[in-house]
Amino acid sequence: MSRQLTFHIFRFNPEDPKSEPHTDTFVLEETPSLTLFIALNKIREEQDPSLMFDFACRMAICGSCGMVINGRPGLACKTLTTELPQEITLMPLPVFKLVGDLSVDTGTWFRQTNTKIESWIHTDQEFDAEAVEERMENDLANAIFELERCIECGCCVASCGTANMRPDFVGAFALNRIGRFIMDPRDKRSNPDYFEVVGTDQGIFGCMGLLACEDVCPREIPLQDQLGILRRKMAFQGLKNIFKPKEKGHHRRF
Amino acid sequence: MEHETFYTDLLCVGAGLAGERVAISAAAAGFDAILLSLVPARRSHSCAAEGGMQAALGNCAMGEGDSPDVHFADTVKGSDWGCDQECARIFADTAPTAVREAAYWGMPWNRVVAGKAKYWKGGEEFEAEEKKDKHGLITARAFGGTAKWRTCYTADGTGHTLLYTLDNKITQLGVSVHDRVEAVSLIHDGANCMGCVARDLKTGKLRVYLAKATLIATGGYGRLYSETTNTVINDGGGHIIALDTGLVPFGNPEAVQFHPTGVVPTNILVTEGCRGDGGTLLDVDEKRFMDKYEPAKAELASRDVVSRWMMYHIAQGKGVPSPYGDHLWLDIRHLGAKHITTKLREVYDLCRNFLGVDPIHQLIPVRPAQHYSMGGVRTNSDGAAYGLKGLFSCGESACWDMHGFNRLGGNSLAETIVAGRHVGTKVVEFLEGAQVTLSSALADEGLAKMDERVKRLVNRTDGAENVYAIRDAMQKVMMDKVGIFRNGDDLQSAVDTLREIYAQAQKIGLRSSGVGANPELALALKMPGMVRLAICVAYGALMRTESRGCHARDDYKARNDRDWLNRTLAYWRDTQADLPTLEYEPSTQVMYLPPGDRGYGKTEIIPMDAPKED
Repeated sequence: MSRQLTFHIFRFNPEDPKSEPHTDTFVLEETPSLTLFIALNKIREEQDPSLMFDFACRMAICGSCGMVINGRPGLACKTLTTELPQEITLMPLPVFKLVGDLSVDTGTWFRQTNTKIESWIHTDQEFDAEAVEERMENDLANAIFELERCIECGCCVASCGTANMRPDFVGAFALNRIGRFIMDPRDKRSNPDYFEVVGTDQGIFGCMGLLACEDVCPREIPLQDQLGILRRKMAFQGLKNIFKPKEKGHHRRF
Repeated sequence: MEHETFYTDLLCVGAGLAGERVAISAAAAGFDAILLSLVPARRSHSCAAEGGMQAALGNCAMGEGDSPDVHFADTVKGSDWGCDQECARIFADTAPTAVREAAYWGMPWNRVVAGKAKYWKGGEEFEAEEKKDKHGLITARAFGGTAKWRTCYTADGTGHTLLYTLDNKITQLGVSVHDRVEAVSLIHDGANCMGCVARDLKTGKLRVYLAKATLIATGGYGRLYSETTNTVINDGGGHIIALDTGLVPFGNPEAVQFHPTGVVPTNILVTEGCRGDGGTLLDVDEKRFMDKYEPAKAELASRDVVSRWMMYHIAQGKGVPSPYGDHLWLDIRHLGAKHITTKLREVYDLCRNFLGVDPIHQLIPVRPAQHYSMGGVRTNSDGAAYGLKGLFSCGESACWDMHGFNRLGGNSLAETIVAGRHVGTKVVEFLEGAQVTLSSALADEGLAKMDERVKRLVNRTDGAENVYAIRDAMQKVMMDKVGIFRNGDDLQSAVDTLREIYAQAQKIGLRSSGVGANPELALALKMPGMVRLAICVAYGALMRTESRGCHARDDYKARNDRDWLNRTLAYWRDTQADLPTLEYEPSTQVMYLPPGDRGYGKTEIIPMDAPKED
């Protein structure tokens, strides 16, 4: 016997003056290999065409479909309904601005934060189209990829105590990203440069160590290891800054 | 009417790899660029490319002796001589530079490790000695249809890492990305393109973008088919706005590639890297079969060839029965846990998450699914669209046309940044010399027209047809009758049915209010355009009475170079019509490599100089 699934879905359309935040209930029969991607599309196409939610790749590599599934942030595309009880509650990710229903504006948030942490290679070396590429150890390339696998789905940010309290906290994703650049010899920033970016309460010292980010990361990225490494590095750098006379005209090497 | 207007030098419709690469060129040259994207840029379908990109670096042992010449030859053969050889030449020559440039921007390409290394091919293990002097340079893996190992990669997350690398560069350059904005029509005066009317997918409001140059880089049109590996946003949006001008042709719409290894039942792709790294295809008896059909290349023949043999083998009763129909197996077990959890990590994850299959110990159920659109907005070798000055196209959305009738694995990711680099230079040249008159009157006209369309849909002025039912009907026809094997009767029936569906698509009415970021309205606005594209594909296929690359006709089995060494140009000039006008042009102006045998697949060819039969 297949189950009758009951979906309790948060509804609010900020563009509609008549809309009030509330929960709608939809009933759907469970079919084999049913995922929340299939279920939500079915509900939209067969029951309520105004339902807003986001999917793109539907294979857990684009990060579009982060939402709070029975209280826990996760990717809806890779959530099989068999993993869930009969009653399923879906809410939009907190922290991000609501577009409508289950859809949130992660794009603006991540672009702003990536700009803030200067998420790009800083170098004053010119690209030489005629030259052979710079060599790199394969193990290092793999280690960078291990952190680069983050898909900016927003689950770590949504589950983060600090991010939910202070809107300027950059989140585990950003600290992981910085970790990736620190590891990369092509990025010529020094520790003081990184300290300027993440050595604050908005960055590494804002983290309360609740560990939810790593628990919910759908990519299983070792976020806490990165936080630990970075925190030690930045604490050490902070101490150095205290005891060092202020450099005159210090500027970052870009 | 309340709306926002934006002015820019370059407007990129689409913010995947191709759009971003062109925008980088423009921004680096000091021009303003705005990128429009249906989703945040980093969620573009480019992120889903797993296996890698081809560039003849020749660093790894199995790539020794490789050169752009060999890459060029493979690409032309892969295209079944349907490609523009000038573009294929530019592409093969530029690819190594583009790969190295990406490395300079931070791309973590996998590298050569000196010493003895074990590899797999066709289920057999062998050893290769990686040279000391190449240690640390960019390495490569095998892909189908290539003479050398040439596909550069970062594990099987190549598209993801490349997209993030380029998006970082965009962020650094301060290029504006307007995400969740959909272009709904081009603004033009019949000769010059001046930007587009767009819909804000966060609020539902219409917008105007006025630009000196406009680039369409919206990816493929896989969502015309029900069984596709494509993301849900690959719905041909860019093709629709170009075709709707009546001036810009849709080149080779019938050239639609099926990938051999979509997983059953979700059609999620498992990378060709699985076969490149030595994975094999097995049938119901768990026996290999590709080595019998294609003794030389086996699983590594080109995609069109492998897909057809798989369907043929299933038709011989060798498929594995399942509730979702017959399928075959992909076996990567012999590659071992370490290889699978590192170099094929995405495959490992998606098999466990979506299939409940552990590929270290279990077989993966696979079947060909629609994958790539070789056809697209027809451009010249500069990426400039036919028919409208100031309009460009690049990447999968373009028929630039280096893929002809079949694209080789590893050549799409490569095309995005290689062609993007080349077209970027040409766009900059255009912008430097551009004297463009932007017309706010034309913008207002486009805006009013779109506003009227929205109102009619919301008020159900034209009818109450259900947009989802229309989409389903279209996708089913395309899958059933315009798929891997084609014939005149099915194609004619497809065209007839699609014309009926098109008539229904004129009568769509919304069931919801259409207020705000309403998703039903977004689909309703593009549905008639999607059916127009589908008709172009089916009608183009019906008229092409030969078999070439992915276009396999049971009733015309030979590749006919005498009559069909050409490219279809589908125009939709008459807005009242329900069929496009088809014209043809030579597939290539320069012929470096005359048509010949590909070295795999069937060899029935009617040569260019064969006498006509009466």
